[in-house]
Amino acid sequence: MPYQPVKFYQTGTFTVGNRLLAPDERSVQSSRMRSNSINSGHRACQGCGEALGARYAIDAAMAASDGQLIAVNATGCLEVFSTPYPESSWQVPWIHSLFGNAPAVATGVAAAMKVKGRQEVRVVAQGGDGGTTDIGFGCLSGMFERNDDVLYICYDNEAYMNTGVQRSSATPPAARTATTMPVGPEPGNVFGQGKNVPEIAMAHGIPYVATATVADLRDLEYKVRKAMSMHGARYIQIFVPCPLGFGTASHDTIRIARLARETGMFPVFEAEHGEVTGVLKIRHKVAVEEYLQPQKRFAHLFGKHPHPETVARLQAIADRNIRKYGLLEKESD
Amino acid sequence: MSSKPFAITLKPGTSLANLTGTWRTARPQYVDRLPPCNHACPAGENIQGWLFHAESGDYEQAWRVLTISNPLPAVMGRVCYHPCETACNRGQLDEAVGINSVERFLGDEAIKRDWKFDAPAAASGKKVLVVGAGPSGLSAAYHLARMGHRVEIQEAGPLAGGMMRFGIPKYRLPREVLDAEVQRILDLGVTLKLNSKVVNIEQSMQQGGFDAAFLAVGAHIGKRTFIPAGDATKIVDAVSVLRSMEGEDKPMLGRRVVVYGGGNTAIDVARTAKRLGATEAIIVYRRTREKMPAHDFEVEEALQEGVLIKWLSTIKQAGEGEITVEKMALDEKGFPQPTGEFETLAADSVVLALGQDVDLSLLDGLSGLEIKDGTVQVAANMMTGHPGIFAGGDMVPSERTVTVGVGHGKKAARNIDAWLRGIAYEPGPKHEIATFDKLNPWYYSDADKTVRPMLDIIRRQTSFDEVQGGLDETNALFEARRCLSCGNCFECDNCYGVCPDNAVIKLGPGKRFEFNYDYCKGCGLCVVECPCGAIKMVPEDI
Repeated sequence: MPYQPVKFYQTGTFTVGNRLLAPDERSVQSSRMRSNSINSGHRACQGCGEALGARYAIDAAMAASDGQLIAVNATGCLEVFSTPYPESSWQVPWIHSLFGNAPAVATGVAAAMKVKGRQEVRVVAQGGDGGTTDIGFGCLSGMFERNDDVLYICYDNEAYMNTGVQRSSATPPAARTATTMPVGPEPGNVFGQGKNVPEIAMAHGIPYVATATVADLRDLEYKVRKAMSMHGARYIQIFVPCPLGFGTASHDTIRIARLARETGMFPVFEAEHGEVTGVLKIRHKVAVEEYLQPQKRFAHLFGKHPHPETVARLQAIADRNIRKYGLLEKESD
Repeated sequence: MSSKPFAITLKPGTSLANLTGTWRTARPQYVDRLPPCNHACPAGENIQGWLFHAESGDYEQAWRVLTISNPLPAVMGRVCYHPCETACNRGQLDEAVGINSVERFLGDEAIKRDWKFDAPAAASGKKVLVVGAGPSGLSAAYHLARMGHRVEIQEAGPLAGGMMRFGIPKYRLPREVLDAEVQRILDLGVTLKLNSKVVNIEQSMQQGGFDAAFLAVGAHIGKRTFIPAGDATKIVDAVSVLRSMEGEDKPMLGRRVVVYGGGNTAIDVARTAKRLGATEAIIVYRRTREKMPAHDFEVEEALQEGVLIKWLSTIKQAGEGEITVEKMALDEKGFPQPTGEFETLAADSVVLALGQDVDLSLLDGLSGLEIKDGTVQVAANMMTGHPGIFAGGDMVPSERTVTVGVGHGKKAARNIDAWLRGIAYEPGPKHEIATFDKLNPWYYSDADKTVRPMLDIIRRQTSFDEVQGGLDETNALFEARRCLSCGNCFECDNCYGVCPDNAVIKLGPGKRFEFNYDYCKGCGLCVVECPCGAIKMVPEDI
């Protein structure tokens, strides 16, 4: 059963809140009582998608666990901008160890809580795509395989952003990064490599896997709430645009995330025990150009020396996602 | 050694020491922009403002906000040509909000529940004479009474309403609706004197001891044109036909009625003739449908009811039981030119609907007036050249609709009030218009317009029952909630949610939001993601 939007004529289906909705139908983010897990004063860039996505997700997890939550963090932007000594933006119990061991540390925290008989305390681990799909991947797979009682959240901004935008295994084909320069006959990141971690997580047969974006708050909160209602290993990958690494205006963060979903470039779905159980349908389908053109990391595909064949290959990826996950409403519906 | 407990290195939430607001080069600011509907409304209604209350189901409050500008919502919800809906931004998304149908619902609800206007403010001790009890006069009387002035309306006719009663047919405006809204205005303490035609305005003012006057006598004299006619042909004018519909003796038009003209009045007469039993009601108009001044939906409804229209035709001659019509052709400039081709039409009567003139005789001998093209010229404050005498409605140069009349009444009342107090009325500064490009339409769910029910065609041809039905409570609420609230915060919490820096403070229901500029980095996400365009970015002085 996928996310059921609140049927509302004016707004409410898509906005954060609405004065006309009953309080229990409103989002966690619309509440003045939200926990603001990441407080003001953090040093994320203007318009940071990750800071936003982390507050959306951890606030929802806090609401779902009645505030009994411990957060484990991998090294990455989120860790760096939220905790420059001697300040911390976190308003939840929070621990950071190394770049690659966040899933293992989370396993340990969960085990410790079990030993102490504090099973009401829930554990969330979080990291960027680098700490998840590359460096922490062994620990993550182990955590999945043992079905440890941890919700792992990956904030996916498709490269190593805080070290200067280097390619990760989540970087899309053709994107420019510091290590995939737009030179040669096939400029930017190569086609045919990279990891689809949500699908790898599904292959472990864990109870719950989902993807979400910062443009779809109600869906994101629903997925965190659902994940928190389960036990065992759970995985959510949230698409969080990075104005610095994508080369987009700071006010476009949510628009870019919306376009990633509306083009089919980032399929939003959920799966239980390895099977897809719901997808967030595309509302108004648009061509990939609309998503690519505002981003400087794809600027070399357009302009004076365009690469229409590369754009076509990216469109083919989007079309494949649409077909594979059934992202379009059927005409008869 | 650290004073913190074991294993705690950093205190929670200590990043507050880092005032990231210093990074900012531009700041977001909450604004109220002018919704296009409000901008387009000739009566100056705060449409977005009253829809806001209707959306929450508080119809009484919605009605109270609506009637700040317009005391006749049940009438207007039936006869207004709703320029607001033409301007509505939602029209660019799916279909314009049915503002007119919600207005009618509120007006009908007020009659059903017997809502009354709040008592007037403290008495000013001033007396104002209003001449004419049409839309403009009633509106002025209402506004002046609520401002605390004593108002007397002197009406030449036997009943109040002006063209709303003697021009607009019953099937568009049932008379009990009009009566109820007029009575509510009179309940404010307004005196209405019927059958008292003002012959000389200065004299009437002196006799009654009035401090100011508002003239709104309307345009009731049907324009004539010369048609060579035999004795046996019946030629009447549209205004008298519609007026006599209100009396005991209905007009005798015969079985074959020809109406000459192309305005809304021509349509009204043709549809009335049909209802009176005419087998044929034919409108003869010298130009094409595109050029016709009548509103398209009225033409459409008339055609549905079996009214025939002869385009590009003029009446040359009227004989016994028939008329001669000359065909016209449009020249390069789009003007109709005679072709010399004639045909005859059977006609028992010819009704002339060629526009109306104003009876200005009450102004004879008044100093300082300027009269041009049969209308009284007024300044921006609605005052004629004669101090203390204001005018509005059909007798001044303007579009002649009920809505414009109501707007004139409101505007004149404000200026009369200021004039009586020896000051000039200063309208507040107009906000920037909330155009469609200021909105983020993504956030509005798809929702098609609710269509009002129409009376069965056979009843429309044979009775004067109201043609267009109203909305009920459920679909009126649906329709109200289709409003995009252009340019005005409706508390959707988007800015509060999308700020990555928690720099938006939610103040609680009805109190909107505030920025915390200590931490706002100026990313502009709230501005772009605001559905209704109620935030704008302003450069910082650096």
